[in-house]
Amino acid sequence: MGRIVGGIGLSHVPSVGPVVDRNRTQEPAWKPLFDAYVPVREWLEKTKPDVAIVVYNDHVADFTFDKYPTFALGIAEDYAIGDEGFGTRPLPSVAGDVELSTHVAEALVYEHEFDLTICQELAVEHGFLVPMNLCFPHRQNGWPVRAIPLQVNVIQHPLPTARRCYRLGQALRAAVESFPGDSKVVVMGTGGMSHQLQGKRFGFMNEKFDQWFMDELERDPKGLSDITHQKIMEDAGAEAVELIMWLTMRGAAHGKRVHRHYYAPMTTGMGLITFEG
Amino acid sequence: MGRQVTGAIADTSVFDLRLSRRGRRLNKLCEALCSPKERDAFKRDEETFMSRFGLTDAEKTLIRKRDFQGLIDAGMNIYSMLKVGSATGNGLYQMGAQMRGETYQQFLATRKISDAR
Repeated sequence: MGRIVGGIGLSHVPSVGPVVDRNRTQEPAWKPLFDAYVPVREWLEKTKPDVAIVVYNDHVADFTFDKYPTFALGIAEDYAIGDEGFGTRPLPSVAGDVELSTHVAEALVYEHEFDLTICQELAVEHGFLVPMNLCFPHRQNGWPVRAIPLQVNVIQHPLPTARRCYRLGQALRAAVESFPGDSKVVVMGTGGMSHQLQGKRFGFMNEKFDQWFMDELERDPKGLSDITHQKIMEDAGAEAVELIMWLTMRGAAHGKRVHRHYYAPMTTGMGLITFEG
Repeated sequence: MGRQVTGAIADTSVFDLRLSRRGRRLNKLCEALCSPKERDAFKRDEETFMSRFGLTDAEKTLIRKRDFQGLIDAGMNIYSMLKVGSATGNGLYQMGAQMRGETYQQFLATRKISDAR
């Protein structure tokens, strides 16, 4: 039977990509971020998940506004590295898990009535890759876990509500648990925390909000899922609305909190929180 | 649960369907820039490239002037704009500084650890 062995909420700031690719992780400006992931990686090495379900958003790389799905799930053997307008990063493609993702797709649609867009070809970009870089260091020819991309529209309103994202996480947990195979799964909710990338309010951050969000995510995720997009955008910046994807992670991971970290050097509150399964 | 976006937020653009529809031509141009070949074509001849996507004169002027706030107001999505930024040598923080009405150096001075870029 499938089992959720952990949940991770974490930011997916794009500038982390080149820092990894150019071996800059130990520079003073970046070390605090990467140091925070040392215990997380040790925990993951002990937990040994087989699969990471990565709840992320594409930033107009492989999904474009001609057709933009609300929820999209990859069911492929393999996911290519996307070009989001700045060239393709030198990373190995990411192996998927066809059996588990097919099962999850069927369970979500039939049992839980989440009508997903199903993707047989999908190129992943920073929303997916930066969290993978932070948690699962890759080798030249591959990654230490298989991964399943679950893409959420958090950029073209109307977005799914925070409540809907939380329920998706609960459904995801049930779907994994009804998988007949023996699979250990970690769910990653990515994006945020506070940031705004346009307008005069460019560069806006709110650490107080971010800390409160992590407090509530741990203490009362169901209550937190009442939060509106308006409230998140007012208090934490328009692009902070990505945080609704952390609620999907928390809907799937019920255990006690293990790690927590916060670093906001530049324009984004980079949060990290982990839960046991 | 009702509406999720209930009022204007100061100095903030909310990319909704109306804005996305208005910016369709602009975003389509940006989407093309996810290919190296198209980036080369854009850099080689911006005017021909813009015409290919049927941009209006006003939209073309915004790109010519690198008017990033103007492009956001015209319906270009911020993540689309990063691609135009990259193709024109303007990183996110340069575009951000311009939208704030600051120089790049002025903007960096407002950051806690501006080496984290």
